[in-house]
Amino acid sequence: MSKRILTTFMIVFTLFLYAPTLLLPIFAFNDSSIIAFPLSGFTFEWFYSLTEADELRGAALNSLIIAAASSVLATCLALLATSATVRYKFPGKGLMIGVIMVPMFLPEIIIGVSLLTVVLLAGLKLSIYTIIMGHTLICTPFAIAILRSSFQQLDPSLEEASLDLGETRFDTFRRITLPLIMPGVTSSLLIAFTISLDEFVIAFFLSGTEPTLPVYIWSQLRFPQRIPSVMALGTLLLLLSIGLLTLSEVLRRRSVRRLGQHDTSGAW
Amino acid sequence: MRQMQLDPDARRGLSLISIPFAFSILLLAAPLMILLAMSVWTQDFLTLDRTPTLDNFVEAWTDPIYRTLMLRSLKISIIVTLVTVCLAYPAAYYMSFVAPNNRKALLIFLITIPFWTSYLMRIFLWKVILGFNGVINGSLMGLGLIDQPLDFILYNQLAVVVTLSHAWLPFAVLPIFVVMEKVNRAYLEAAQDLGDTPFWRFIRITLPLSMPGVVAATLIVFVPTIGDYVTPKLVGGPSGLMIANMIEVQFKNANNAPLGAALALSALLLVTSVAGIFVWLNRRYLTSEGAA
Repeated sequence: MSKRILTTFMIVFTLFLYAPTLLLPIFAFNDSSIIAFPLSGFTFEWFYSLTEADELRGAALNSLIIAAASSVLATCLALLATSATVRYKFPGKGLMIGVIMVPMFLPEIIIGVSLLTVVLLAGLKLSIYTIIMGHTLICTPFAIAILRSSFQQLDPSLEEASLDLGETRFDTFRRITLPLIMPGVTSSLLIAFTISLDEFVIAFFLSGTEPTLPVYIWSQLRFPQRIPSVMALGTLLLLLSIGLLTLSEVLRRRSVRRLGQHDTSGAW
Repeated sequence: MRQMQLDPDARRGLSLISIPFAFSILLLAAPLMILLAMSVWTQDFLTLDRTPTLDNFVEAWTDPIYRTLMLRSLKISIIVTLVTVCLAYPAAYYMSFVAPNNRKALLIFLITIPFWTSYLMRIFLWKVILGFNGVINGSLMGLGLIDQPLDFILYNQLAVVVTLSHAWLPFAVLPIFVVMEKVNRAYLEAAQDLGDTPFWRFIRITLPLSMPGVVAATLIVFVPTIGDYVTPKLVGGPSGLMIANMIEVQFKNANNAPLGAALALSALLLVTSVAGIFVWLNRRYLTSEGAA
């Protein structure tokens, strides 16, 4: 009895989660500049209009640079933090990892305004570098969460064997550890990339004259006639995110298989 | 006293973590300190007066506008947290206890996908759904259930609550699910063998053992939502604006960064105190070791 209620609940729950997202492609192909039902016809016009928006290209390029840089930085920082916490005991471990994980729980606006204050006081100019710093900060905890499970599944005796056979620590990491946790690393890169690509508030506070994609979208939302194009852009971004996430999930499963563990917990 | 001479492993661990830790200090702790310094200064147009004063905090806590926004933000994030956790709990329960093992990874994937789709777009789509010519009004009028669009469903606090709850649902499901997965199934069988009904089995075993997940979900949703900027701005209307919108105004348009800093820190203080009380109230669940 309760099983049937729960199953029904789960179906409704999932539909509710997806409902707004499903509207995106519907209106992206709708032949009307007003976003409302009933639909009037099918068109590719809004997708064509994207190819003519120069500002959009600039914003997309900025976003790609920022996402690439911050995902690499965040993953490197997370590799250092995770290899320290999974392998070694040392004083202050809990506190240090706690501080590193804080951005996951902090309102983004706090991170945005505190970095903005530093930039203002130091007389620096807002640029994509300030955004990269902010995004690296918020992506690192997610990268750590992903890498931690990779490291925990890794058999430490493999590393020990390599050290006993005379490899240096660095070469052991390069030749043993890294190849074995590579799927986790890739997954962390992809997730961090997706987070950075989508992040708005920090980018909104820290972007100067070079907007990121979400900042550009935000500026477009004020103009009703631009909304259908934004819907088309949103549809493309949706496909990109799903693609990146599917890739990351496939890699994660492959890593679980390679390390011979049972798959129970998903990416978390 | 413990000897402070560190063994090589500890030293190696410390040297590895020092870089990400230094990064966090440099980009998180230090900027927060500078934000604190900023909040006790005053700004007159473009000149910054660095005499320490608590005036900004007094203004932030006594001016009716800021107080209203602050309390409204707190109220909205409490309601959003309640709604989110209450909806996420049965979903996580289904995923952990009802769904077959080989479906779990797929379900998690399904739940997380909407979370990764553009945040801005998701919020904006709620405006499309709830709007004057939106999906709900259009459908209801199409069905002949109403003659005129309902105008009370957008641009108010209810719209903010619905939109924010939707946006944070996946985030609440995951921590509860992870903790439920660790609940030792043998306890449930034992209770059943000893004659407990499913209801009491849930109340006495599953619920208390899954509380750490509920606490984690609560914190993950509650703390960030108080500072949400996009949702109130897009679907809140004047009556649904929250403190983050005012912080932005102070930093950008009003050119009063010190007051903005005081408001930001006050909001952070408020939300961490409430979260702290909540964790303290639930401390007995967090130390339990039943989830073996």
